Amino acid sequence: MNGLLWYSTRATGEVALLFLTGVVVLGVLSAVRFGGRRVPRFVIAGMHRNLTLAGLGFLAVHAGTAILDSYAPIDLADAVVPFASAYRPIWLGLGTVAFDTLLILTVTSLLRTRIGVRRWRVLHWSAYACWVTAFVHALGTGSDVRVPVFLLLAGVCGAVVLAVVAWRIAAPGPRRRGLRAGAALTALIVLVFVIGWSADGPLRPGWAKRAGTPARTPDSAGR
Amino acid sequence: MTVPWRLRLNPILCTGHALCAELLPEVIVLDEWGYPILSPVPDELLSLARRAVADCPTLALAIEPAP
Repeated sequence: MNGLLWYSTRATGEVALLFLTGVVVLGVLSAVRFGGRRVPRFVIAGMHRNLTLAGLGFLAVHAGTAILDSYAPIDLADAVVPFASAYRPIWLGLGTVAFDTLLILTVTSLLRTRIGVRRWRVLHWSAYACWVTAFVHALGTGSDVRVPVFLLLAGVCGAVVLAVVAWRIAAPGPRRRGLRAGAALTALIVLVFVIGWSADGPLRPGWAKRAGTPARTPDSAGR
Repeated sequence: MTVPWRLRLNPILCTGHALCAELLPEVIVLDEWGYPILSPVPDELLSLARRAVADCPTLALAIEPAP
């Protein structure tokens, strides 16, 4: 039973990463006004929303199975309160932060007509941070990081998000040079940081121990 | 036939994404610059009209009972 739960946690986490990547892509597509006769814009907007809701479903299973599983000491509070877990507190906590952010973004988007576009848009900028946080969580907590299939998934997701962020920054619209330059600089810093951190952290042997896996779980042996 | 609902456009917010016209071609046509021209909304299109209001990228549309 534990094996099933543990596998479900990992699998749903990976699917959620894929979904969130899709959500970011669709969000950027509507921001850059992609679409027209062949790909209607309401389809992009609808897929953006529905993929988020489906992703939340996967995340519910992801967190639920991690809590039920007795293999790693994760409890219910860890699903909403970040950085308090006994299991890899920082890296699990980033997942919690991303989950909370995603919940806030979803609720504010569903209530968008009441909140007002401007406030909603400012909040929605944090979607990019949400994705990055979830990505770092996947690398920092995932127990499959050095498995080729996961590396492929993470690499493809990272490259796709990087590409659409570049597209967003270069998209036509109000000029706002400062804002665009700032966004590009932030993206670059985040990119360098994530690559540097993963090369020195999860991609090197012994990460499980350094990441804060309690000694009694079997996977702390240095995978 | 009575038409109980009408759409209202905020022309300052609208930037012509044209998503509303894709959803509701029966009620919304685009002018030559891509901005919507609205007609009254019959009851059977109310749910689509609500979706057009909610999905407008700039929230430039509102729906209200016709006077």
